[in-house]
Amino acid sequence: MEVNKNLVEKLAHLSRLTIAENEMPEVINDLENMIGFVEQLQAIDTSDVQPLMYVGQAMNVFREDEVNDEITQQQALKNAPLHTDEFFEVPTVIKK
Amino acid sequence: MDYSKYEPVIGLEVHVQLQTKSKLFSSDANQFGRKPNTQVNAITLAHPGTLPKMNKKAVEYAVKMGIACNCRIESLNCFARKNYFYPDLPKGYQISQHTTPICVGGYITISVNGNEKQIHLNRIHLEEDAGKSIHDAVDGFTCLDYNRAGTPLIEIVTEPCIHSAEEAFQYLTEIRKLVRWIEISDGNMEEGSLRCDANISIRPTGSSELGTKVEVKNLNSIRNVKKAIEYEIERMINLVESGQIITQQTRSFDATNDTTFAIREKEEANDYRYFPDPDLVPFFINQSYIDDIKKSMPALPHALKSTFQTHYGLSAYDAHQLCEDKHTAFYFIATTNYSHNYKAIANFILGPLKQHVNELGIDFEKISLLPQTLAGIIALIDDGKINFSTAANKLLPAIINNNDNPAITAEKLNLIQVSNEDAISTWVQQVINAMPDKVNEYKKGKKGLIGLFVGEVKKISKGKADPKLTTSTLEKILNEQ
Repeated sequence: MEVNKNLVEKLAHLSRLTIAENEMPEVINDLENMIGFVEQLQAIDTSDVQPLMYVGQAMNVFREDEVNDEITQQQALKNAPLHTDEFFEVPTVIKK
Repeated sequence: MDYSKYEPVIGLEVHVQLQTKSKLFSSDANQFGRKPNTQVNAITLAHPGTLPKMNKKAVEYAVKMGIACNCRIESLNCFARKNYFYPDLPKGYQISQHTTPICVGGYITISVNGNEKQIHLNRIHLEEDAGKSIHDAVDGFTCLDYNRAGTPLIEIVTEPCIHSAEEAFQYLTEIRKLVRWIEISDGNMEEGSLRCDANISIRPTGSSELGTKVEVKNLNSIRNVKKAIEYEIERMINLVESGQIITQQTRSFDATNDTTFAIREKEEANDYRYFPDPDLVPFFINQSYIDDIKKSMPALPHALKSTFQTHYGLSAYDAHQLCEDKHTAFYFIATTNYSHNYKAIANFILGPLKQHVNELGIDFEKISLLPQTLAGIIALIDDGKINFSTAANKLLPAIINNNDNPAITAEKLNLIQVSNEDAISTWVQQVINAMPDKVNEYKKGKKGLIGLFVGEVKKISKGKADPKLTTSTLEKILNEQ
């Protein structure tokens, strides 16, 4: 698969990363190597194999519908870099 | 403009908050209206090292809805991460069912202008709700409240098989009725327990291709969904008729003037990069689990509606009205254990009892009149001891809260009808003597005046004269003279 500048820009946007122009060739090269590695795996015929959705063996691990383990508002906000007395804060996400 | 040249094609996505005590993957509370960020825990806030664990009740509720909508229940259920960059979920992704929705296919039967139609469902899947963003509280910042984050939701997706605003209205009304009936949600649109997005397009009538669609969001009442769809259909037809192109957009409804406005253009489909969530163990649903849930569920409104017509001989209208709400329907059934005058029971429930609960603004469930007391009132009507209007207006208010014996109370309040021929003849004679002109008109052929005479007798007897006997006595005396 060909990795070009457009694809890298799209992926960078989805992850909210900024990739400088001079970093571009290196990133493209790295990504091409990674994708090339995965493409080798695709050579294996898996048409008779169910897709693996979960790696573990466990099934049906449920929780009863009970309320516990709540924390206080103060505890909740304690580790946030930005907050008011009641809310978490982030830089404005929509333009008014 | 000729609107019949176009056929609207509508698909609805409805999110229903499940009324579990705790959240979908963690044990903090699921409630509406608590102080911001007070119903959260380490899992909801996505602290490192925390793991989600599936709420048993949420699965049960989703299966209930699937059964109520005639869906196939998926046996193997997995969850995926839907990745998006927005702070309303601290994890940076929403856990949702992507490839294996818990319910597949199915339909909901609606009734439009007396005709039944099946609205086909594509799927119902489980997912978690996001938190609330508040954009206008602090300048330069968005405030976040994660109380709602992680609340269990089912998303019910229809096929694009709805063709009018009225069908959409009836479909949503039916969904709301169903979720309340099987008690999986309060269905309250104002509080956001039930939310709807509408995908709308138009195409030339007779065509089978789908036109460019517009998605309308922020619809906070069933009425607004209808208004938004009506507006959109008209807007789209006007665009096409004037040679313009419909662009794919997300639009929002403005309730102040019943219009919609564009909030974003869709340049490309969102890339959510779904992948199976490695933290959540898949679950398997077997047939005996589904059968047990089925057994625990009440008879559903659509089935009851037809039972009410075939078994109890009610009209389609009465049957439909009784099945608007589970408690009303089951109150009717409970009363049939004590009285066989089914029509009278329906009339009493849909008339005076409905009026009573509406006046008090309470649910039918809260009514204190016992079914056997209602049956007692109806027995008095059946025996001709009291008429319907006296029963509804005088006897009912006296016993609705205390369930006193209807016969004894009617006696005490002096409400028992007089069926004594002598007494009635006396009243009839009084009326005839007092209205010689009308009597003449009657005799000249204006037979409709009989109603007036009956009314007069009713008045002077203070409502106690048996109306049937009054009419026959009047006719007898007038025709003799």
